[in-house]
Amino acid sequence: MSTPELIAGNSLFHQAMRRLVRNRLAVFGMVIVGIIALAAIFGPAIIFRATGYTYDYIPADSNLVKSFAPSWMHPMGTDNEGRDLLARVLLGGRISLMVGIISTVVSLLIGVAYGATAGYAGGKLDELMMRIVDVLFAIPYMMVVIVLLALFGRHTALGQLFLLFIALGAVSWLTMARIVRGQVISLKNQEFILAARATGVPKWKIVLRHLVPNTLGPVIVYATLEVPAVMLLEAFLSFLGLGVQAPLASWGSLASEGIQNIAVFPWQLIFPGVTMALTLFSLNFIGDGLRDALDPQTKRS
Amino acid sequence: MLRFVVRRLLSTIPMVLVVVSLTWGLIRLAPGSFYTGEKALPPAIEQNLRAKYGLDKPWYVQYGKMISNTARLDFGSSLKYEGQSVNAILWRAFPVSAMVGLLAYSLSLLVGITSGLFAAVRHNSKWDYSSMTLSMLGISVPTFVLGPILVLFFSLTLYWFPPARWDGFATRSAVLPVLTLSVIYMAYIARLTRSGMLEVLRSDYIRTARAKGLSETAIVLKHAFRGGIIPVVSLTGPALAGLITGTVVVERIFVLPGLGTYFLNANLNRDEPLILGIVAFISITILVCNLLVDVAYAFIDPRIRY
Amino acid sequence: MSLLSVRNLRTHFDTDGGIVKAVDDVSFDLEPGKTLGIVGESGSGKSVTNLSIMRLIPSPPGRIVSGQVIFGEKDLLKLPTEEIRKVRGKRIGMIFQDPMSSLNPFMRISRQLMEVTELHMGHSSKQAREHAVNMLQLVGIPDAAARMDSYPHEFSGGMRQRVMIAMALSCRPELLIADEPTTALDVTIQAQILELIKKIKAEIQTSVILITHDLGVVAGMADTIIVMYAGKVFERASAMDLFDRPANPYTKGLLMSVPDPLRESTARGELYQIPGLPPDPANLPAGCPFAPRCDKAADICRREFPPMVQVAPSHESLCHFAKEVYGESAHLHS
Repeated sequence: MSTPELIAGNSLFHQAMRRLVRNRLAVFGMVIVGIIALAAIFGPAIIFRATGYTYDYIPADSNLVKSFAPSWMHPMGTDNEGRDLLARVLLGGRISLMVGIISTVVSLLIGVAYGATAGYAGGKLDELMMRIVDVLFAIPYMMVVIVLLALFGRHTALGQLFLLFIALGAVSWLTMARIVRGQVISLKNQEFILAARATGVPKWKIVLRHLVPNTLGPVIVYATLEVPAVMLLEAFLSFLGLGVQAPLASWGSLASEGIQNIAVFPWQLIFPGVTMALTLFSLNFIGDGLRDALDPQTKRS
Repeated sequence: MLRFVVRRLLSTIPMVLVVVSLTWGLIRLAPGSFYTGEKALPPAIEQNLRAKYGLDKPWYVQYGKMISNTARLDFGSSLKYEGQSVNAILWRAFPVSAMVGLLAYSLSLLVGITSGLFAAVRHNSKWDYSSMTLSMLGISVPTFVLGPILVLFFSLTLYWFPPARWDGFATRSAVLPVLTLSVIYMAYIARLTRSGMLEVLRSDYIRTARAKGLSETAIVLKHAFRGGIIPVVSLTGPALAGLITGTVVVERIFVLPGLGTYFLNANLNRDEPLILGIVAFISITILVCNLLVDVAYAFIDPRIRY
Repeated sequence: MSLLSVRNLRTHFDTDGGIVKAVDDVSFDLEPGKTLGIVGESGSGKSVTNLSIMRLIPSPPGRIVSGQVIFGEKDLLKLPTEEIRKVRGKRIGMIFQDPMSSLNPFMRISRQLMEVTELHMGHSSKQAREHAVNMLQLVGIPDAAARMDSYPHEFSGGMRQRVMIAMALSCRPELLIADEPTTALDVTIQAQILELIKKIKAEIQTSVILITHDLGVVAGMADTIIVMYAGKVFERASAMDLFDRPANPYTKGLLMSVPDPLRESTARGELYQIPGLPPDPANLPAGCPFAPRCDKAADICRREFPPMVQVAPSHESLCHFAKEVYGESAHLHS
């Protein structure tokens, strides 16, 4: 759908879209994230064509001091091994964004399915399911994740990545499930649902085609705000050495490398750090904008 | 109310045991063991080691022993730090982490609530926009970026604070870690206070208060505050979990001898007693704090009765 | 000498869909000791009018564009904020529609009552407390002294409204504005509350503005009634005259909508309803806003905004055909 089509029309969706594009900060955020995402996706290939640098390419000419400050050849400088930092930051972006999005999608799928079922089923099943959620909520998640990653994942880089997806996805589905359940409960007694039931629509269809689309609003808002939160978690874990492993890089692991030489080569930390902050900043604005667009009462004084 | 508190405290015990069991299971399921280093050990030595640590008994026996020990809060000695009991380590390291966390959160509450209040009262003004943008930055700049930048500026350039040392809470060395940790919560609290207050200021009972002729200050502080602050109280539960991760990171950056550092190292060293001890301890702390938050609700909102 | 004179009041709201003229050139007077009833459907602007009097309009998105509200020789709209606060709660008291949401759920009733007199009458906390207990007794709360320290949610709906009334009248104001005081209550409680207002009015000698959509409520209470539609005053008359000889098709429609067992059509089982829906306040038609629904509408009604016609002393109607309608309704009760 082109932008004009997106905002013409009078359905609730279109009204929301109109509010969204009017929010300059959100649009600004979307532009920035778009640029960074594009850079992360296509950048490494372009850099490789232009200069031959990849994220793990170590130039043959060795020097005792390998880490150079930003220059024309290396716009972001190089790291301790002489690898081009820009290429690493872009690759890090790929990984960080990917982890954020995939983990959020994982938690979304689990959370929506769980919450919708519990909310619609009601009664004993709902109680049981929510008790489980309550118990799980009490677990200090990050500690378990740290244990998990430290003990299991230090073998292959890809294995670690996979483990990360699962672990991070498992952290946030609980809140998603609660949100969806709340929405479903408030919707399920409304008239259009009663009408559907009265005409004999089977339960699973009701859940899927009537309830779920109407819970989309809060779900989308939560998911959009969850992506930067998960990215932050991954960055923390990578910073501690538990997340993404060498030779792969994520912004967190780059920061971890960078901090060791902060006094002498500050750019090693600053570039990945600022890029990450910028991305999170923009994502948060988008999430805020979406929330204001979909629920306008919160904005008007 | 008393029954509620007692019931919650009692339910803490099985919860903690569940978490500890889960952790124990993970540790045992993981490939390798704590004594494997770079090279494989000759089988005889390995046998001795296993016998020494009771690893040659069947798993359920070991599990049972672990549970009964945990219930008595006896976590044994660390495997890595020779001769030090886990409890001694906890006793030494917890105050460090707790103090940093507590000071950080208190600072966040102070600054966050104040700026959130101002932003709500001066809605849509320059103050509002600038503090909201600042808070957005606070949420977006990761702790491990903010910390080093502060160090770069205040320690290595201005020489005001030491970069990575711990002298105790009342000293200069505590300033940067506490500040670094508090920024993100300051931001969240400011936003929540602002939105909570704005929502309350729109309600009917505030209109009634205005119709009675009260001044704006009286309305904000006496009428709106209690309702508006509820989202911040709600934040405290999840914030706790975040504070723990945050503390681990801050301790790494500033090299603080806190629980976070010990926990991380314990995991890297597969130091099972220490891991379990810290997990149990933190779980208890989280559950007790959540209980305190729920009790606080009852004090703030008279409609809630347990 | 009127107690309150509202002249050409205009209050607008800026919304996504355009500017809503919630109150569009409304004028009325209130004599001391009298009750004025303001009747209208939802969206007619009746509540906004009264909020405007005390400048309680949330701004943004609302603003009082023009007009005067003369209360005791001062124009309230021109007073500095400090001054208007001295009027609110002290000289004008206001009660709102939903007592549950209009009382602070986090504060004890005692506090909410006491702060009014502590503020306006300089009471010490002991004096304020005594006064509050008296007020609660006056409005008929049993066991007032003991129940003072309860929270709003511990009272029933009717009780809460009584508490609101006590709060509004604590300082013996000259004017009480009651905005749909009974709408959220059960019918039996409604009658009690209205009786209470009548009784208090007599005891404390306040003038009352009673806002409602319910003609029944206003019938037993008001001396003068104004009927509002789409932000404008459509008819103004004494209560007797309004019910006896309405001079406006809208008023007639409203009266017809009340099922009257003595009317032949009601006896047949037919219920009357004014056809159509209230207009979109952001998009009012040119000409008379009621024209699309009016059975007397002619071309002129759709083209030109109707004049305010005086059909009798103290009886005015906003209609091109006011005199005809007035004439016809003479036969209504024959």
